Amino acid sequence: MNITTSEFSGTRRLLLKGAGVAALIGLGVIPFDVPQALAAANDKYPEEAFKQKNLADAIKALYGKTAEPSDKVKMDAPEIAENGAVVPISATTTLSDVTSISFLVSENPISLIASYKIPAGTLPSVANRIKMAKTSNVTVIVEAGGKLYSAQKEIKVTVGGCGG
Amino acid sequence: MASSIRVRATSNGDTTEVQALIQHPMDSGFVKDAKGEIIPPHFIQVLTFEYDGKPVFVADWGGGVSKDPYVKFAFKGGKKGDDLKISWVDNKGATDTTTAKIQ
Repeated sequence: MNITTSEFSGTRRLLLKGAGVAALIGLGVIPFDVPQALAAANDKYPEEAFKQKNLADAIKALYGKTAEPSDKVKMDAPEIAENGAVVPISATTTLSDVTSISFLVSENPISLIASYKIPAGTLPSVANRIKMAKTSNVTVIVEAGGKLYSAQKEIKVTVGGCGG
Repeated sequence: MASSIRVRATSNGDTTEVQALIQHPMDSGFVKDAKGEIIPPHFIQVLTFEYDGKPVFVADWGGGVSKDPYVKFAFKGGKKGDDLKISWVDNKGATDTTTAKIQ
């Protein structure tokens, strides 16, 4: 008896939810393409991108598109990082019209480390220090002229920086 | 309290090179303390550098940036003696702001 009741109310809730969603769609409230909406709102902190666990999802959430490898993106990083808690990495590019540079670590619990906005007049070159949980590929994404270019390098970590 | 932000901005006439060092734990939320309890996330999310009322560099950070973060960049222009304004906000809503003279 009880089971039947709860099943019934469960279905009812679903139906109600469905109705609610349908109403929102009708009003055009639901953002269907969240990543692109985020990429467009360039001034906002990319909350969703900083929640993604893997590299591809993070890039998609941040930019809404994929990157192509380019030898015009240069990354300066150690081959071996003795301390994963502090890995100095810098990136620079010869590409023009650069609007942002981002750093991602594939094997970290959260892939995206940092994303830097480069306004016109600022040089497309950034140095920072990042944490690495373990040996991983590190990816630099350069956004230039609305397109994404990347460089990747494996950095070996002897002592992890994420409590590992 | 002393500022959490240390900045050095030097102009060579054409460009201004900026180095900043900020005191912040940058806890990612993935590390356990000595008792085995998770240290909750506490990290700077946005760090902004402004010159002449306009942003010249904006950093969006996650918990993967090292403790006491360091960043270096350069922008065209910037005169010796002018002000560079630096501010950050973290995931708990704390903020700090400082102004550095370009040298």
